[in-house]
Amino acid sequence: MSAYDKVLAARDAHKLMAVDYISHLFQDSFFECHGDRRFSDDKAVVGGIAMLYDMPITVIGLEKGRNTKERMERNFGSAHPEGYRKALRLMKQAEKFHRPVLCLVDTSGAFCGIGAEERGQGQAIAENLMEMMTLKTPILSILIGEGGSGGALALAVADEVWMLENSVYSVISPEGCASILWKDSTKAPEAAECLKMTAKDLFDLGVIERIVREPKADNQNMFESLKLLISRTFEKNMAMPTDELLNARYNRYRRMGDCSEKENIE
Amino acid sequence: MDFFTFIKPKNELEASVEGSEQNRPFVPDAMWIKCPGCNTMLLATDMEENLHICTKCGHHFKMSARERIALLTDEGSFQEFDKDLESTNILDFPNYDKKLETAKAKTGEKESVVTGRALMNGIDVVMCVMNPMFIMGSMGTVTGEKITRAFEYATKNSLPIVVCTVSGGARMQEGILSLMQMAKTSGAVKRHSDAGLLYITVLTDPTTGGVTASFAMEGDIIISEPNALIGFAGPRVIEQTIRQKLPKDFQTAEFVLEKGFIDAVVKREDLKKTLVKLLLMHGYTEKEGE
Repeated sequence: MSAYDKVLAARDAHKLMAVDYISHLFQDSFFECHGDRRFSDDKAVVGGIAMLYDMPITVIGLEKGRNTKERMERNFGSAHPEGYRKALRLMKQAEKFHRPVLCLVDTSGAFCGIGAEERGQGQAIAENLMEMMTLKTPILSILIGEGGSGGALALAVADEVWMLENSVYSVISPEGCASILWKDSTKAPEAAECLKMTAKDLFDLGVIERIVREPKADNQNMFESLKLLISRTFEKNMAMPTDELLNARYNRYRRMGDCSEKENIE
Repeated sequence: MDFFTFIKPKNELEASVEGSEQNRPFVPDAMWIKCPGCNTMLLATDMEENLHICTKCGHHFKMSARERIALLTDEGSFQEFDKDLESTNILDFPNYDKKLETAKAKTGEKESVVTGRALMNGIDVVMCVMNPMFIMGSMGTVTGEKITRAFEYATKNSLPIVVCTVSGGARMQEGILSLMQMAKTSGAVKRHSDAGLLYITVLTDPTTGGVTASFAMEGDIIISEPNALIGFAGPRVIEQTIRQKLPKDFQTAEFVLEKGFIDAVVKREDLKKTLVKLLLMHGYTEKEGE
């Protein structure tokens, strides 16, 4: 598969969405929490509390919707500032009750619109990055489709970040990149190669910890093994002293683009 | 060096700020500059003496990182950090080597940010100043690294930090690693903040994208120069997404102030005294023995 085939697979409307993962992984235990307590309830972000075996966890997903009606309601998975603030509210709640946080990321990006700018899209994302860095409970983010730039990163500052084999994660869409660089959005396939946005690329660059096989809707066993993997990771990280966990999280990002071989401080 | 070439819009974002062709500053030669604010022809040397502010309408033109450092710090006090750190083409992105070479030659800088320690009316501060002429102040891995190191240095030495932003956002030629700089810098800002230290952001025109969505919006106090474009998405991207024309003052500093996302709009000539006033109010005083 070429990089752009992966992009198309990640955007496929028939693939599994965040709500599907939530129902396959947590069945009826999921209790959805709505609203950011400040402005409204952004349906591009779905979040709540669920049972991972006998461990209560907070789950937050970016949800695109499966049909036209749902996609309109969920704004095609592009969150407004209130969506990121709702996510942060649920993370702070998780910290209070010492529940680990699972984020499921699938978005073409944070929404670009008048309301989003008026209500501080940049500020909302920035606050999430800052607060997630020191959230005193384990965070695991899994990219289950598209990881579109800052809008994806706002749910992906974590102790570990995993990607499904057919998901992508990039600073800009290949179409956007092609139209800025070559004034031609049809060159998106070339841009997708250059941007190094597939799970394998990101694993090789040291940006993610694990590539996960994509579960199939009719194969519950695959969800069970993913569930086991998530549970083991949380158990390991819940056992870590908080200082150690947060230092490791800080250093996870600290080493990305580290230029220490060109040391020249003062 | 031709000092004023930078005022000519050179890229999508800058060109879209004014929206239409006739509003673009027209530069007949290096001597004269047309103000995009009032269409007055200004003499280049007058402009330079006037801090790159239009003598008629007060429009703030862009200024280089070095000029801004000279404006804000005490003469001769700036000690630069990491001045030899430079970007490389980590992803082998097509034509990026050439783009970097051009930017380096044009600006005489190695990256889009200059960092260091300086005195501001005798007060010891760490400073990061972004450069609009270096690939539009875009944030690559070295930009993120230098800013992160500056915050870590300030935290370790209990110093306040002033960051002047100007950026088109994350640098796409460095792919996902430039996106990760948003998280990395935010982590360093958080540690500085948790240590009880002061961080003041000065937003200048334009501050957008990944820089807005990370350290630019994380200051304890956020001030902006007048009429600066401040936003997450660029105006052209928004217009394409929602298929409608944006209101004229949308995403200006004054608009963002009204919406509640910055503390104040401060004119360039008042910047230094405002920063000094804020530093003093937070207990940072003149360095002893200076």
